[in-house]
Amino acid sequence: MNALIAATVVPNFGGASSCVRDNGTFCWSWFSGRWGNTFWPALRQHLLLTTVAIAIGTAIAFGLTLLAHRDRRVGPPVTFVSGVLYTIPSLALFQILVPITGLTFLTVEIALVSYTLLILFRNFTTGLAEVPSEVREAARGMGLTRRQVLWRVELPLALPAMIAGLRIATVTVISLATVAALVGINQGLGVPIFDAIQGGAFKTELFAAGILAVALAIGADLLLLGVQRVLTPWAKARSR
Amino acid sequence: MSDIGHAFTFIGDNLDLLRRDTLTHLSIAGIATLISLVLAVPLGVWLGHLRRGSFLAINISNIGRALPSLAVLSIALPFVGVGRSTVIIALVVLAVPPMLTNAYVAIAGVDPDAVEAAKGMGMRPREVLARVELPLALPLIFAGIRTATVYVIATATLGGFFGGGGLGDIIADQATYRIQGVLAAAIWVALLAILAEVLLAGIQRLLTPRGLRGAPEVGPATAF
Repeated sequence: MNALIAATVVPNFGGASSCVRDNGTFCWSWFSGRWGNTFWPALRQHLLLTTVAIAIGTAIAFGLTLLAHRDRRVGPPVTFVSGVLYTIPSLALFQILVPITGLTFLTVEIALVSYTLLILFRNFTTGLAEVPSEVREAARGMGLTRRQVLWRVELPLALPAMIAGLRIATVTVISLATVAALVGINQGLGVPIFDAIQGGAFKTELFAAGILAVALAIGADLLLLGVQRVLTPWAKARSR
Repeated sequence: MSDIGHAFTFIGDNLDLLRRDTLTHLSIAGIATLISLVLAVPLGVWLGHLRRGSFLAINISNIGRALPSLAVLSIALPFVGVGRSTVIIALVVLAVPPMLTNAYVAIAGVDPDAVEAAKGMGMRPREVLARVELPLALPLIFAGIRTATVYVIATATLGGFFGGGGLGDIIADQATYRIQGVLAAAIWVALLAILAEVLLAGIQRLLTPRGLRGAPEVGPATAF
């Protein structure tokens, strides 16, 4: 390309085509050229960050829910601590973790998991608490043990509320995972956004990464809504 | 860990800077919150009063919840350019859904018996709204405002990377403030968000009629 020979307009976004040099609204050729080595890997990484955080968060929140189910005193302190964690702005939490765990996958995961806890714990416990007591009594009356009531009656009935929590947690994590790049962690869809900001607000890169992040979040939300409908056909999937 | 110690030294040495940036931060968040409030709450209350538009109210919140804040900022940037307006517009986009949905759910969820009784007493629709529905719905409407406000204060931090100013400015500028300054601002903004949450939770409690207190608390994660 002889664009390099021509007097380049500043800022030159490392680019060749006139669209890129003029910072046009959306340069398709630039985007498709970067899809394979930038956007697709970033998208996959983002999905990995999200899946791991949701899996760990679900395991912790589920364990805490079972504890709280057995002992009422567990609930309030868990809600308090996870509430405080949830309130900390993500950029601040990532930044505070960096001196301790470095610019690593672990740092991102610690922060992301901590944001899932309040949402998941609250939805899980609400789901269990909303099981009608007649149903519980009936199951006990039929001779089921406490453990059987929990696994065969209460948890299945709580499933819609639990999946609703998973949906909220998942889109939240997808959103917050983009922020990790701003503190210099090279993971996920935030990386091209940060790159575009530093490169003089390169529009194509901003739009591409932004739209991919929105699409990922909405896609994940719809997918989980589908799961919710399939797993709990008796409950009209009400989003809450 | 000594970085964190230095961060506290930085806070002690730069209280003026932090105070100034906190004011900017809160004014950005305040403007965005006020604009969202004016746009969202009357609409939500009106739709809730008519018991209409539940599809709109619920779906706006579902889509709004799925919008990554940084993505909204980065999509707004090419349209509006680097600066405070971009940040405020993005914050409004993010704050409207929880406010609208909570206002709708709050009003539409008022006990129908209370509404019927008010009608039976001869109240006109406007009186029913003003004297029955609004007072009963106020705590839940405010819960939406609280969720959105804390979210806006937290997200305004990202504005530092988009020329918005405020405490994010320090976090975005490690070249000037070095790691201790960046960490100090991070700790500061975390405390600010927690303080705002505690304060607003207190106000919400005061707005809740005494008889309803002790009912399951409506907090940040329920609506959002």
